[in-house]
Amino acid sequence: MSAILPPSERLWWKQSISGQEWAWIGIAFVWAMIMFVMMVYWHINGKQNLSNEVYKTTTEMFTAKTEAFVKENTIRTETEQNIPVVKPNANGEAFLLARLWAWYPILELEAGKTYKIHLSAVDYNHGFSLQPTNINIQVIPGYEHVVKMTPTKAGTYAIVCNEYCGIGHHTMLGRIYVK
Amino acid sequence: MATTYRTCPRTGLQFDLDADKLMRWNAVAGVLWLLVGGITALLVILTRWPAIKLLPADQFYLILTAHGIDMLILWILFFEMAVLYFASSTLLRCRIATPKVAWLGFWLMVVGGIMTNVAIFQGSSSVMFTSYVPMQAAPHFYLGIILVAVGALLGTGVFFGTLVVAKKDKTYTGSLPLVTFGAMTAAIIAVFTIASGAAILIPTFAWSMGWIKEIDAQLYRMVWWALGHSSQQVNVAAHVSIWYLTAAVIFGAKPLSEKVSRFAFLLYILFLQLASAHHLLSDPGMSAEWKVLNTSYFMYFAVLASMIHGFTVPGAIEAAQRKKGFTNGLFEWLRKAPWGNPVFSGMFISLVGFGFLGGISGVVLGTEQINMLMHNTFYVPGHFHTTVVVGTTLAFMSITYLLVPTLFRREMMFPKLCQIQPYLYGISMSVLGLVMMGAGTLGVSRRHWDMAFSGAPFQYEWPGAAYLMMGLTGIFGVIAVIGGGLWIFLVVWSLLFGKKLDGGTLSDKPTPIPDQSAASSASHTGSEEHIGVPGTVVLAMTLLVCFVLYYFVNWKYLSEVWGLS
Repeated sequence: MSAILPPSERLWWKQSISGQEWAWIGIAFVWAMIMFVMMVYWHINGKQNLSNEVYKTTTEMFTAKTEAFVKENTIRTETEQNIPVVKPNANGEAFLLARLWAWYPILELEAGKTYKIHLSAVDYNHGFSLQPTNINIQVIPGYEHVVKMTPTKAGTYAIVCNEYCGIGHHTMLGRIYVK
Repeated sequence: MATTYRTCPRTGLQFDLDADKLMRWNAVAGVLWLLVGGITALLVILTRWPAIKLLPADQFYLILTAHGIDMLILWILFFEMAVLYFASSTLLRCRIATPKVAWLGFWLMVVGGIMTNVAIFQGSSSVMFTSYVPMQAAPHFYLGIILVAVGALLGTGVFFGTLVVAKKDKTYTGSLPLVTFGAMTAAIIAVFTIASGAAILIPTFAWSMGWIKEIDAQLYRMVWWALGHSSQQVNVAAHVSIWYLTAAVIFGAKPLSEKVSRFAFLLYILFLQLASAHHLLSDPGMSAEWKVLNTSYFMYFAVLASMIHGFTVPGAIEAAQRKKGFTNGLFEWLRKAPWGNPVFSGMFISLVGFGFLGGISGVVLGTEQINMLMHNTFYVPGHFHTTVVVGTTLAFMSITYLLVPTLFRREMMFPKLCQIQPYLYGISMSVLGLVMMGAGTLGVSRRHWDMAFSGAPFQYEWPGAAYLMMGLTGIFGVIAVIGGGLWIFLVVWSLLFGKKLDGGTLSDKPTPIPDQSAASSASHTGSEEHIGVPGTVVLAMTLLVCFVLYYFVNWKYLSEVWGLS
């Protein structure tokens, strides 16, 4: 008679299901399908989808590419550590390297332009967390993720590392300027 | 075979004495790990509370690693072993299969748990619960978890063996009870989980010993999450079984439909394994198509299963209460429920909290694009404190109020405090989950020592509301620790000093479950006796409305961030 005893009807699978139960199953099923379709729909019509463009890379390869990018496009340096501020071509490519415990370099972008930003880590996993706009992307060593980003508003943005990467994790703060 | 059985005079449940002892030892080991986990929880909370910031960074990351391992793996797995033995040997009234193997499993888990904790507290393994490579822990950190997994695998083997024993000894007729069926789904998912764990942790152990050179960081994440998330699905199947168990014991409730509830459990087996995917939504290594299909647990069929249980569990209670005559209005059945009985109140808070907070937040968090708003933020632990803690842990706590008298043969002491405990713990933990999610929505990171970023080359000032949320996290976190500590105190005190209860008569023969089908099938027309459950319909529709609104609000948030393609 209860859930801790064997079903009292030996042929329980032949019992009918009440209308209320069917109705709820139906509603839940429709909702599940709506949620499924929503993700597909957003890929077609939404403006925020994570890029599928990814390459295998190595620490050496990615570091070399980033250094070349920095060398070519640096416009000034900032802070006591002389971190280069790099301005990629409008609608061009940019590199952002995550390492213990810094985002390198500082990028200066223009609002409304679309950039192909190459993201990778050269040691541990790191987390790209753009604040205050709140976009979060996992950054994994060995994988070069090419994400197209279109800044919407001018301002100074922080890149917080939100994947635990050791004792200096909380000092890993980067910066993006949008003009 | 010299097996002795004891029949509890209060509940009529029958315990094989070997199983009885196994359940008690596993449950006690679980409680001790919960104690360690609870102390670490307090330290974590007091450090993340910006106004207090108790520990230095290195100790914080060490303690946070211990908190994850001790709670998510050790407390829950030990208790689940007890649940598996109960759902098989006790509910089916048969002897437990190969108790020696079960003891071997138990001791492997004990040794493994201690080994991993030693590694953590030595300070060389602050790699977090997830231990993502290439960050490396000491070899015995991984080895300990492997031993725990092997022990748990032996335990699930004993569970399956016991099902065979019951069938062979004909201690029941017809099909398994629903609760045992649910536990069986948990055990099946556990086998998959542990196999995934072996597939990733054994190579990682070899890597930490220097035997293999490299493990791909993305591959690690994918396979590790087949362990990390699927183990939470074991918890879901286990605590849903406990909900049905509580409904059956307190109300004599019978499932609205055996077919529907069992089918929902079956959906868990078929689709929950895909769960690892929704931890990888913001990862580079997988394509969008792969993410969309897998992260929805194959088109949300597993979510459908949880929504079905969310209807049928309260529905079963409502139907039982209405049969007893609580038929006035929509909610008399609920108002007149035994709210002073912690077994029920804990179970019901677990049900509501899991559905409204854990369930909704989990699906939203697990939506491919929306994940980018929350990935690795404080939202994530907020979400899983409402599923694993409010859902699973609270369900385990509440069923313990039943197990102490029947299994440990002790009366619970301080009945007034027992009444309060589920409310104190359940409500504070639910609020904690909510404010954590609030902080996460504002971008605050998880696993992060310093919101002020001291030592960073720049400054970033979080919004004031984020500090408010973190302050509330501190306050409600401390209250939740008190609620959890109260439970440990009540249980341990009752086990040590509670009034001893009569264990019941001993016998060397099991008394099988009386064959009820022949008699009852004459009086039952079966399907003709559906009872309307309007109150449950209202509850379910409320859940749906919250779900739909919150889901689309997040799409709105997403549409406002930078363009990404």
